[in-house]
Amino acid sequence: MNSIRLRSLPHLLLALVLTFAGIQQTAAQATADAKKEGVAPGATAAATPATAAAPAAGGGDAAAIAAGDALFKGNCAQCHAVNEQVVGPALAGISKRRPISWLIPWVKNSSKVVASGDDYAVALFNKFNKQQMPSFALSDKEITSIIAYVTSQEGGPVGGGVTAKNAAGTDGKDANAGTSGAEEGAGKYVDILLIVLVVVLIVLVVTLVIIGNLMKDVLRGRKDLDGRDVEILEQRFDWSKFYRSPVMRGIVGTVFALVLLYEGVQSVMAVGLTQGYQPTQPIAFSHKLHAGEHQINCAYCHTSVYKSKSANIPSANICMNCHSQIKTESPEIKKIYRAIERKQPIQWVRIHNLPDLAYFNHSQHTQVAGLQCQTCHGPIQNMEVVYQYSALTMGWCINCHREMPLNTKDNKYYDNLVKLHDTKNAGAPFTVSSNGGTECSKCHY
Amino acid sequence: MKYWKGIEELESAPEFMQSAFAEFMPVKESHESNDATSAPRRDFLKLMGFGVGAAVLASCETPVRKAIPYLNKPEEVDPSISNFYASTYFTGSDYNAVLVKARDGRPIKLEGNPESPITRGGLSARAQAAVLSLYDGGRLQNFAIKGQKADVKQVDQEIRSKLAATTGRIAIVSPTIISPSTKKAIAEFAARYPSTTHVMYDAQSATGLLQANSGVVPGYDFSKANVIVSLGADFLGTWISPVEYARQYVVNRKVSTDKRTMSRHFQFETAMSLTGTNADVRVPIKPSELAATTLAIYNFVVNGTAIGEVFSAKEAGGKSDPRNAKLQTAAQELKNSGSTGLVVSGSNDPAVQALVTAINQALGNAGTTISAAQSNVRQGDDARMAALVNDMNNGSVGAVIFYNANPVFNHPLGSKVKSGIAKVPLTISLNDRLDETGSLCQYAAPDNHWLESWNDFEPKAGYLSLSQPVITPLFTTRQAQESLLKWAGNNTTYYKYLRANWRGITPTDAAWDKVVHDGVATGTALPTATAMTPMSAAAAASQLSGAAKPSDTIELALYEKVGLSADGCGANNPFLQELPDPISKATWGNYIAVPHAMAVAKKWEQNDVVKVTANGYSIELPVLIQPGQANGTVGIALGYGRTLAGKAGDKVGENAAPLAMTTNGIQYMNTVTLEKTSSTSPIAQTQTHQTLMDRRPVVQENSLANYKKDPKKVTEYEKISTPDGLEAPEKVSLWQDYQYNNHHWGMAVDLNSCIGCGSCVVGCQTENNIAVVGKQQVINRREMHWMRIDRYYSSDTHKDSFETKGKLSTYAAMEDPSENPQVIHQPMMCQHCNHAPCETVCPVLATTHSTEGLNQMTYNRCIGTRYCANNCPYKVRRFNWFSYYSNDKFEIVNGHMFTDLGRMVLNPDVTVRARGVMEKCSFCVQRIQLGKLEAKKQKRRPMDGEIVTACAQSCPTEAIVFGDMKDPNSRISKLLRREDGERAFHSLASINVQPNVTYLTKIRNSESEFFAPEVEEKA
Repeated sequence: MNSIRLRSLPHLLLALVLTFAGIQQTAAQATADAKKEGVAPGATAAATPATAAAPAAGGGDAAAIAAGDALFKGNCAQCHAVNEQVVGPALAGISKRRPISWLIPWVKNSSKVVASGDDYAVALFNKFNKQQMPSFALSDKEITSIIAYVTSQEGGPVGGGVTAKNAAGTDGKDANAGTSGAEEGAGKYVDILLIVLVVVLIVLVVTLVIIGNLMKDVLRGRKDLDGRDVEILEQRFDWSKFYRSPVMRGIVGTVFALVLLYEGVQSVMAVGLTQGYQPTQPIAFSHKLHAGEHQINCAYCHTSVYKSKSANIPSANICMNCHSQIKTESPEIKKIYRAIERKQPIQWVRIHNLPDLAYFNHSQHTQVAGLQCQTCHGPIQNMEVVYQYSALTMGWCINCHREMPLNTKDNKYYDNLVKLHDTKNAGAPFTVSSNGGTECSKCHY
Repeated sequence: MKYWKGIEELESAPEFMQSAFAEFMPVKESHESNDATSAPRRDFLKLMGFGVGAAVLASCETPVRKAIPYLNKPEEVDPSISNFYASTYFTGSDYNAVLVKARDGRPIKLEGNPESPITRGGLSARAQAAVLSLYDGGRLQNFAIKGQKADVKQVDQEIRSKLAATTGRIAIVSPTIISPSTKKAIAEFAARYPSTTHVMYDAQSATGLLQANSGVVPGYDFSKANVIVSLGADFLGTWISPVEYARQYVVNRKVSTDKRTMSRHFQFETAMSLTGTNADVRVPIKPSELAATTLAIYNFVVNGTAIGEVFSAKEAGGKSDPRNAKLQTAAQELKNSGSTGLVVSGSNDPAVQALVTAINQALGNAGTTISAAQSNVRQGDDARMAALVNDMNNGSVGAVIFYNANPVFNHPLGSKVKSGIAKVPLTISLNDRLDETGSLCQYAAPDNHWLESWNDFEPKAGYLSLSQPVITPLFTTRQAQESLLKWAGNNTTYYKYLRANWRGITPTDAAWDKVVHDGVATGTALPTATAMTPMSAAAAASQLSGAAKPSDTIELALYEKVGLSADGCGANNPFLQELPDPISKATWGNYIAVPHAMAVAKKWEQNDVVKVTANGYSIELPVLIQPGQANGTVGIALGYGRTLAGKAGDKVGENAAPLAMTTNGIQYMNTVTLEKTSSTSPIAQTQTHQTLMDRRPVVQENSLANYKKDPKKVTEYEKISTPDGLEAPEKVSLWQDYQYNNHHWGMAVDLNSCIGCGSCVVGCQTENNIAVVGKQQVINRREMHWMRIDRYYSSDTHKDSFETKGKLSTYAAMEDPSENPQVIHQPMMCQHCNHAPCETVCPVLATTHSTEGLNQMTYNRCIGTRYCANNCPYKVRRFNWFSYYSNDKFEIVNGHMFTDLGRMVLNPDVTVRARGVMEKCSFCVQRIQLGKLEAKKQKRRPMDGEIVTACAQSCPTEAIVFGDMKDPNSRISKLLRREDGERAFHSLASINVQPNVTYLTKIRNSESEFFAPEVEEKA
């Protein structure tokens, strides 16, 4: 009986250690899964409804709407939203308010229309503090397609739904939250179960120790024990022998070396990685406020994100579009005024730094692939201070290129390629990499 | 036929053979330590220890990088999107209408303006390199008085008061000015100071030509010419307007099955020029024989006099000099061609030019090969300049203003100009730097670079173009015209002045905007040129017939290089210094080009330094044995030997300008005495680097006669033996073929159109941030150009002479270095092989094949084993032996990668390669990617012609065609379909690497027997 009890102690300890290790691993697995889910399928799921929704809602010519979508984002979205007044008026119902024959000259040269003395135009001009709408060198067809797009977006999510893009962004975000939430819930349940089990085990161990001590005391009280029994009763485990055993030393040494090695490799692999980098910026600009609460389209400030390699940091004059009137007393905004007065541009700290040898083009991913900003930049709409969300390692890029299906919809560039791909490998998704998207000189030259 | 790249190769000199096939030349490394064996290892360990430590330290903290946006962003500028602005390049020599590629507000590349009716999208090598001159640290960065920095206002004030007080003549000295508004500004200055005269002179003078044609350059049109006789005019390389002429010239040189005709081109010249290498018949003559040649043609065409014994060579051994027969043919064909014939001459002798004009008139070619649109790009008058130099020396000049003119360096009377400047009370320099002339002047008011300036140009009567500023002036400089106006009391800006001047041509703002946008317009604005009294043909003929016969003295011909202009203004541009001469392939410096016979007779060897003396002035230069150099003559390039050009351009070569004859105007020839010195000086030639000799056909050519007979028989297609008999090499292959679904990029190079001008080489260099390595590294065979133009000589002796001369002596003659070899140019760049030998040997997969047919080079993966370069049959891979952007050794030659100023020229889309990695032509993958992206954004396929490589784009003759071979309607697909089995061939086809670059056989309009039997046998 005694011997059994004493031998069970190390076993128990081992069981405990193993259980804890198990818990940790499951938890890690759960978070890893959540991360993965958050990037790929969530984003694509979000992208599909956005593109599918557009023609359904408007019922107009899909191609014109698609063209209008791009033109709107490139030219109009800086000042206009469909269902909300931004700098200029909300455009919903524009085709009902004004005839197309009025709109075309207005877009092309609004000041000319105002100067011509058109009543509506003058009223509009005065209503918006005599702020002029710039002239756009768009063709009649392009303007018509913008209007078609606007019509298709009417009555979208009010308040939140600035454009389809934003709407999709919201959807995507929710979907992300949903999946990770479910995963989180499952994780918590397992945690509670484990904690209960651990508590039960501890209670069991304590109970057993108490029972053992009680029985020892009872035996010590008896006088009829012979020498051998006493020896057994008073036997103590020789710990020093255990410590000094070469097997034990070997095991400890190996484990120690392995841990060191693992940590070393991990820290070396992390050299140059700046995931989570969150520097203090010269002006406490909040993306949470602008992109999150006010739902300002990303392209309003980052004007070139749909057309150029870089999603430019907005110049001070863009801030002034609104802040010449809004919150002019804020000390942070006064910093912008000061910069303009002193003609000293604001020196923001660059967060996302790719090495020079890697070529990355925003417009390829936003305009062509139709990805959400959040796919790489994370929940930017919740960030008070922006940090680097993604690892920005080559492995991270490549993984996405391997898994991500190409956005080939309505893009004549891909038509023939899709056909060729489908005839050869029916069923397999036409990913970026299957179109050569993981070749070296796609990003390195 | 035997092809060879240089004398040493032809003679198979042992030292040459040793290194000929070595990919990398062994270079002696010197160590300061005496213990040469142990020191490097210890150094290595020390460095490695330090390196590891430094790497660990460096990796601890990521540097904070700033993103600085505009305060007020200009509407048309978006970060990382390139804007193109139309402008004009003209610095006194050749005219080019350009588009300036500006990235984030910085000009980074020049491209040809396709709207221009003159240059039609072509660009010369000089213009390609010109963007680097903007960021030249050697420019004067502020106004100066006696070389010391001075305030602009102070300079203005002092100059104005001194000008007002000037007694005596005021002279403005400039090279040719083709800007109507600049001329008007100068006239306004002259109105304010009535004693002002404006003297123009050209570093490569054309006064003789102007004199014979009432003060203008005739509007030559080579595109309509069937027979071209050039008497020493290098019209494809340097003469008057090379890009324009090259463009016209190839129109009638391109052949296809449907057009089996081409022009016939005779060239009589001394030094082997770029034009001479392209001629069908080239006759080397002494400079003094040019007059007699012209006279003979004149007498034959105009008077019908038979051509006698114009040339008499001692070597002919009593028989008639073979050159006489060639002259006879040329004169006869010219006469037969009538109005489609054209004679041009590079001579500066008014008598020669008067005869040339008379011949052209007799041919009746006005309206065909000579159009009414006269050229204005040469206006210099040697006599007026010489008079001014005299006046300066005798003290009758009160003030002199040098406007982008450097006569102390580039005028043959440079030393007299120098002494004259000392005697002139007021001297002002508007030059962009304190050069040889500017440093002697009291005041310096540096002009803006042309990329910082507004200006207008009228290169040809009726054709106008504009230049517009693409960047705000980098330094405290002011546009020269504005300075002149200011001193004349007109405080307007030059832009306003120019705009007002253009009211007549563009009355509305919209019309003006269109011209600024297009860069070119039609209209006339220049005042009529002052006519010079032409010499009558009869007087000229009698003068020339009375001229002294050529004697036995050695004659010198001074010539201009395709890269560096004769005025030396590009000397501080390392791109131009390192551009190999199209013929000698020499870089960094000039040399004495010597015919082989003279070198043998005088026992000179290549690189021996020889002293040349003429006019009491002597220079010492190394000897370069130049096949094709006329017997009894030597050639030296102008424009070298600057002393105050800047870090890169100083002390490169010697100034040859003072060797010119100044008795009858300026003649770029002289009789010289040559004297060998004991020293040698290596010439950095690239010609025999990466040799391809003795391999299976690399380059192919044939005659027009054969082509007319059967276009399918002009190209030799190699076959390989298989069990089933002879087969095309691609029938048997170890490798699996790639499948290209999307694009398959390819290039075709028409060897018939390629004139070898080197514009593509510099275009590639600017586009791809290719390092300049300097003279020593070129000698070490480490030049970095991704693209080179291989120049092959071929002997003019052929198996045909077996019957007449006997087999043995024919073979012996074939071994002899040819006196006047045929030349062929072959642009060579990465061939993007479908079965690339480099890809299979890379241990780290740094070079791989793409799904679009590109052979990709991944720098950050490369570990520098150099296996790929060793395995490349075309020798097109370049290894970074040094950090050219940070190693102090290269600070002078590659300075633009060292300073913030210079780095502005770098293309941000292309990585600057680090030490220890391999690099090579990428088919301008950054342009391909950009073109594809633009197409995707617009939801369409890329259009043909939208995606072109830098070399194809810059080619003035459209010899290089680039495009998608998957697109059946692209230019390249059509061309390859048309030429398949006719002229299209792959270089080294038998090794079956299946390149994506196809060459088209060169067709020569020369005697057919030169080629005939060989092809007939094999076909």
